Amino acid sequence: MSARTGSKVATASRRRRGLFARSATDRVVAGVAGGLAEALGVDAVVIRLAFVVLGLAGGFGLALYLIGWLASEDPISGAPRERSLPDSLTHSRHAVAVGFIAAGMLLLLRAAGIWFGDALVWSVALAAFGSAVIWTRSDDAGRARWTRLATRLQRGPVEAIALGRVTRWRLAMGTLLVIGGMSTFLAYHYSLGSLRNAAFAVFVAVAGLALILGPWTYQLARQLGDERRERIRSEERAEVAAHLHDSVLQTLALIQRASTPEEMSTLARGQERELRAWLSDRPPSSANGSRLLSAAVEEAAAGIEQRHRVRIDVVAVGDATLDDRLRALVDAATEAMANAARHSGARRISVYVEVAPDAVSAFVRDEGSGFDSARLPQDRRGIAESIVGRMERHGGVATVTSEPSEGTEVSLRMPWRAG
Amino acid sequence: MIRVFLVDDHELFRSGVRSALDPRRFEIVGEASDVEGALAGIRRTSPEVVLLDVHLPGGGGRAVIDGLAGDSARARFLALSVSDDAQDVIGVIRAGARGYVTKTIGPADLADAIERVHGGDAVFSPRLAGFVLDAFGGDVPVTQASDPELDQLTPREREVLRYIARGYAYKQVARQLSISARTVETHVSAVLRKLQLSSRYELTRWATDRRLV
Repeated sequence: MSARTGSKVATASRRRRGLFARSATDRVVAGVAGGLAEALGVDAVVIRLAFVVLGLAGGFGLALYLIGWLASEDPISGAPRERSLPDSLTHSRHAVAVGFIAAGMLLLLRAAGIWFGDALVWSVALAAFGSAVIWTRSDDAGRARWTRLATRLQRGPVEAIALGRVTRWRLAMGTLLVIGGMSTFLAYHYSLGSLRNAAFAVFVAVAGLALILGPWTYQLARQLGDERRERIRSEERAEVAAHLHDSVLQTLALIQRASTPEEMSTLARGQERELRAWLSDRPPSSANGSRLLSAAVEEAAAGIEQRHRVRIDVVAVGDATLDDRLRALVDAATEAMANAARHSGARRISVYVEVAPDAVSAFVRDEGSGFDSARLPQDRRGIAESIVGRMERHGGVATVTSEPSEGTEVSLRMPWRAG
Repeated sequence: MIRVFLVDDHELFRSGVRSALDPRRFEIVGEASDVEGALAGIRRTSPEVVLLDVHLPGGGGRAVIDGLAGDSARARFLALSVSDDAQDVIGVIRAGARGYVTKTIGPADLADAIERVHGGDAVFSPRLAGFVLDAFGGDVPVTQASDPELDQLTPREREVLRYIARGYAYKQVARQLSISARTVETHVSAVLRKLQLSSRYELTRWATDRRLV
C-alpha cells in the first residue's frame, strides 16, 4: 500500500502521504479509529474505546486522536477495500494488546499527574467498556434486534423488578451492593482516594447490578443466539433451494426429454461437474479476473468429455493463477486429453496436475490401445509434436510414453516460480 | 466368500452394488440407509467389510465408525462417495476407514477394493491420493505436538501416491518403481497410518486454505 501511495505523491497528487488511511466507511468523527483498526487488524470498537478512555485521562486521548488525524492520509476513495478478516485468535490477541497499551498509558498518565482523579477515570473506563462492547458492536439492524428481543422477553429489567419476579433476597443483596458501591465511590470521589478503593467501589456496584439483572441478560443473549442461528439456517436453505432449482431441476427436466442415452449421460455429467464445483465452493475464477490452473484444467476436461464420450477424472494438488506458461501447459494437456479421447479407445482418462514450488507438472494417462513409441502412427506424430513443441516454446518439457495395449501417458512439466 | 454390509441412503445405489458384486465371491449380509440402521445391522450380522457412504442421514459415515469403535467385532470399512469434499473424506479415513473410492468405480475395481480392504490393505483412489498429497504437501508450521515420523511422507511414499493419483494401479506402480506389489501395499498402508494418526496440520482444516500455493 505504501508503495502505491508513494507513487501517487511522485505524480504530484494532492493526496497526503500518511502512516495509515482513515476509513471512509467506518467512521464516527473522522474515521481515524476505523482506519487504524483496519491497519492493525483489530475491531474498531477496541480502538475507539482506547481513545475514549485515554480522553478521560486529562484529555490525552483527544490529543492522540488529533495527532492520528494529522498523521493519517485521506480515505481511499472508491469502493472500500475488502477487509481481510484476521482469524479470531490473532484478532483477540491484537485487541488484548491494544487494551494493554491503553491501560499502560493510563498508568503512565496517572503517574505524570495528567489525571482527573481515580474514581472518575477508572469507573467510567469500566462502564464505557461494557456499554461500548454491546452497543457499538452491533450495527443498526443488530441494535434493532436487541431492542425487539428485549421487548419479546416476558420481563424487561424494570418490569422484572416492579413485578417482583426478581426474588426478594436477590433484589435486596443487589441493591445493597449497588448502594455500597455508589457510596464508596462518592466517598472517594472527593477525597481522591487510592486506586484500589475506587476499583473496589466499582466492582461492588457492578456485582450488585449483575446479581439483579444477570439472569435477564443471560436469557436475552441466549434468545439472540437462537434467533441468529435460525435466520442463518433459513437463509442457507433458501440459497440451496434456489441453486437446485436453477441447475439440478432444470437438468432433470431436460433429461426426461432427452431422446438418446448419449444425450442423457452428457447432460448428467455436465450437471455433475457443475454441482461438484458448487459444493466444493470452487471459484470459477479468482477475484481479479485471472483464472486458476485447476479450474482451467477442469473446464478443458469437461469440454472434451462433452465432445467425445469419455470420462476424465481430474486430480489437482495445489493451485496457481494462470500465466502464459501455465496457459501453454493447460493447452498442451487439453491436446493430450483430446488425443487420448480420439485415439486410445479408453473410456476413462486420468489427469493429474501438481503445483510444486519450482514447477507445475501435468500427467494425462489412458489405459487404451497405446502404440509403439518407436513407430508413431502418422496422425499421432503431428499431435505429439504440437504438444511437445508448445511446451518447449515456453521452456517446458513434454514426454510421451506408450506401449501397445498398455495405454499412453503424456507427462508435461513447466518450470515455474511460485508467487 | 467375503461377508459385506452395504450402508448407503440411495436404494438405487445399493441394488447397483448388489448386482455388480459376484455372488460367488461376496455375500451381502445386510443393508442400511442411515446411521442407526447401520449400527444395528452391523452389530447383528458382524460383516467382514462394510461399504460405507461418506454422507448419510444421522451423522454421516463417520458416525457409524465412531459408533462401532468400542465393539469387539472388527469390521473393516471402505468409504464410498460421490463427494469431492476433502474434509468429509479425510474425516472418515481418520475415523478408521481403510480406504476411499468414488462411486463411479467400475464393478471389477470395486470387487478388487473390497478384497484388498478385507485383506487388511489400504485402498487409495486417485482422488484420495491427491487429497493426501495436498494435505502433506508444503511447509507447515511445526507445532509442539507434531511427530516428525507421522507428520511427513517419505520421498518413496510420495512417489507411490503420485503414481496412484496419476491413475496407476498398484501393480503398475510396482512395475514403474521396480519394486514388488507387496512393497507398494506397505507404503500405502504406512501413508494410511500417518493420515489417521498424524496430528499435523489439523488435517481437517487444510482444505480451506489450500486455494493457492
